Amino acid sequence: MSTPADIIALPSQPPRERARRRMIRIGEFPVVPTAILLAIALVAIFANQLAPHNPEIGSLTARFKPPFWQAGGTMKYILGTDQLGRDVLSRLIFGARVSMVVGIMAVLVAGVVGTVLGILSGYLGGWVDQVIMRITDTWLALPALTFAIFLAAIVGPSMWNIVIILGVTYWTRYARVIRGEVLSLREREFVRLAIVAGCSKWSIMARHILPNVINSAIVLGSLMLGVVIITEATLSFLGVGVPPPQPAWGLMLSDGKQGLMVGYWWLTVFPGLCIMLMVLSANLLGDWLRVKLDPQLRQL
Amino acid sequence: MGQYVIRRVGYCLLSLFLLSLTIFFFVRVTGDPAALLVEPGASADDIAAIHHQFGLDRPLWVQYGLFMWSLVRGDLGQSFYYQTPVFDLYMSRLPNSLMLAAVAMIFSLLVGIPSGILASVRVGRFWDSAGKMFALLGLSLPSFWVGLVLILLFSVYLKWLPSSGAGTPLHLIMPAFALGWYFAAAHMRLTRSSMLEVLGSEYIKLARLKGLPEALVIAKHAFKNALIPVITLAGINLVIMVNVAVVVETVFAWPGIGRLLYEGITFRDFPVVQGVVLLGGAMIVVVNLIVDILYAVIDPRIRLER
Amino acid sequence: MAGESLLRLDKLSTHYIAGGGLRVVRAVDEVSLTVNAGETLGIVGESGSGKSTLALTMMRVLPMAAKIVGGHMWFEGEDLVQKSDAEMREIRGKRIAMVLQDPMASLNPLFTIGNQIAEPIQVHEKTTRAVAWERARALLKAVRIPSPETRVRQFPHEMSGGMRQRIVGAIGMSCEPRLLIADEPTTSLDLTIQAQYLNLLRDLQREHGLALIFITHNLGIVAKMCDQLAVMYAGRLVESGPVSRIFNAPQHPYTKALLSSIPRMGDRDKRLTAIAGQPPDLSALPHGCAFAQRCPQAFDRCRSEAPPVSFPAPGQTARCFLTEDARVEAPVALAGAAV
Repeated sequence: MSTPADIIALPSQPPRERARRRMIRIGEFPVVPTAILLAIALVAIFANQLAPHNPEIGSLTARFKPPFWQAGGTMKYILGTDQLGRDVLSRLIFGARVSMVVGIMAVLVAGVVGTVLGILSGYLGGWVDQVIMRITDTWLALPALTFAIFLAAIVGPSMWNIVIILGVTYWTRYARVIRGEVLSLREREFVRLAIVAGCSKWSIMARHILPNVINSAIVLGSLMLGVVIITEATLSFLGVGVPPPQPAWGLMLSDGKQGLMVGYWWLTVFPGLCIMLMVLSANLLGDWLRVKLDPQLRQL
Repeated sequence: MGQYVIRRVGYCLLSLFLLSLTIFFFVRVTGDPAALLVEPGASADDIAAIHHQFGLDRPLWVQYGLFMWSLVRGDLGQSFYYQTPVFDLYMSRLPNSLMLAAVAMIFSLLVGIPSGILASVRVGRFWDSAGKMFALLGLSLPSFWVGLVLILLFSVYLKWLPSSGAGTPLHLIMPAFALGWYFAAAHMRLTRSSMLEVLGSEYIKLARLKGLPEALVIAKHAFKNALIPVITLAGINLVIMVNVAVVVETVFAWPGIGRLLYEGITFRDFPVVQGVVLLGGAMIVVVNLIVDILYAVIDPRIRLER
Repeated sequence: MAGESLLRLDKLSTHYIAGGGLRVVRAVDEVSLTVNAGETLGIVGESGSGKSTLALTMMRVLPMAAKIVGGHMWFEGEDLVQKSDAEMREIRGKRIAMVLQDPMASLNPLFTIGNQIAEPIQVHEKTTRAVAWERARALLKAVRIPSPETRVRQFPHEMSGGMRQRIVGAIGMSCEPRLLIADEPTTSLDLTIQAQYLNLLRDLQREHGLALIFITHNLGIVAKMCDQLAVMYAGRLVESGPVSRIFNAPQHPYTKALLSSIPRMGDRDKRLTAIAGQPPDLSALPHGCAFAQRCPQAFDRCRSEAPPVSFPAPGQTARCFLTEDARVEAPVALAGAAV
């Protein structure tokens, strides 16, 4: 008298399954990632108030102190100090500022440039399209990291240079996607109506096309944020990113390498965890936005 | 098939041309070429000599002509630091990077493909969610941090593995893992979505209707079809790996072209930097071409097309 | 009724459950019908009538959202609804086979024709590769594909549409099933090829004593090929019986409308008759008869009560209050079915 698998009234899921799926449920607002990002933003804004010490000046008598729970650590430097006696926690806090600023600004630059060029390329077509497409193809042939390193080597390190470089490196990804959207938008009724009504190309692009691609741009932006931050950290790690003594998480990792072989783990683990938290949150938020704002973009 | 190959080769050549143009453009126009192309600490005479050698006072297109001419002859300049031609330097280091990338790629496929298949077959259930977590972590952790943590764990605390250099297979394990980690996640994602798409197709339905055991349906019918985009991506990723290995090679002092690039940056050895980027880009374009052709070999449909 | 029927569906119901139980689509609703050995049954209905779902139900190859919620499927005396997955796999392709609608999509583009025909033979009958491929070649010949030796090593995209259809038919026949279900077998074929293909199926049927089920919306095929006819509407079986009798004297208003909508040669001056209205939304079926809204002969009772199955003539069923009174005693073989 066994009932085969498919004659049942309704499928019922064990509670553990449901709880697990809740983490990545589509449609449910990702509270934790957004909270983390907001927290990091707040830390970045109020760095001056929050940091217990000056991040750029250290005390040479307090070099390589471990975090307070380990032997040799003190509550004065909660997360320890680095090779110049600078407080790790303070540097992490100010590093948040660098990551936030560079990340957001780079995404904005790349986004604006990429969206504008994507719209122009998709809507105007013809040689404009060809030129822009060839450029993006070539750009995309090089991995972003290599390209960014190359540019950084040429222009020299500084925070704003990095923003520009990252923007220049990543606009092509925007342009590609936006162009695709515009190509299909171009054929839609409301655009045809606008053309027939005598609107100029520019006003159509600005007033009809642009609002419709904003969604995709936002989604792309949130996905790009994580990538940009990792690239910036990588550049700083290699020495061509944000220059010392400004605290950037990637730079802290590079400094931390010195202490690694002797077991000064806190110089490596904490900055990395910060990067991971920020990028993970950005990615989770981006994933949710992607599904929420435009089901078509699930391909991204 | 012949037409297909010719068209792809043409496209490849065009890309190479545009690549060199881009590199040239950036150096000449955005940087200060005189400062870059000159050894640090050079005298005024040296600077004048460089001006002459590269024709920096001549019109741009002449400069580009000179540039291309030397490129075509394989002359990428000379490294300031090593005092050897960049091209030779690159070629001597390349095998190391290739080996690292190859091992990392194998690792990423061995982890990525089965987990992707598992996630697709168990869509919406535990393994799928676990897979998604893994994919997310892969994207969110910088490869060099993974490398650093590995060193901490296995070299410093456990003392099992060497932390730098090359020479024995033991030296290869950690760098390959750190490098392959991100790509494992990427391959898992692609395998999963590709399998899901294939599993929804009519021929899979027919395979089930034939009464074939589910394992056969997946292993034979779904797998081969789903694998096509994954292999394509893997081929391209291999070359990308070689290029982005710069950080991992730096962390582990692995003597490949990535480390060469790092040395170039650190010692302000611009010909090296330029050379690595150019050759890296060229390699990617050429490998794209090879992958496209291989694609036609695997998928019989393309053979007769065009 | 001579002997036991080959396939007997007894109040079979398949529902799609979506939205966590909130939306239930009654794709197949208490369908009962019979197919005897060597017979051809045509299942006819509009898109969305549930006929394809019925076919998939018979093979137990339903998508995840669909579940058999009631009824039985008696095949050679065994209830397929009760069978485990493993047992069904033994039956699928071997004792009951199915041919899908789009032959190009049904064939795996990366494997040769021979491989795909030999595969079920190897799996079900555990033969060697050589034997299976030999049978594949013979099957290609049986479905009248020229030069089978070369064809067997070719790929699906190298074949024409008509050939692909026949190859899919060959795959279906490969393990000599007792029943072959063909879902819209001629929709993707040119008219000239359609006739050839149908003749082929009929010849194969005679040679092997095969029972055929045609799922189609084309009454012409039914007229040409089928002995029995079942008409589906909104998931329910509204009329069934011998083809000639139904064509001559349809009992259900829907069947009448279907038959009268076929243009005939002599109808030069008459307008085409269509059936007014749209088929109902299967997730929100009205109370009462599903056809009542579009039925020219509907009365009040039709809208409030769903008509049960009635038996206007031996071997014929109809779900309509109009025929309720003309009920004949249900034949013995169907005893136990709803009365």
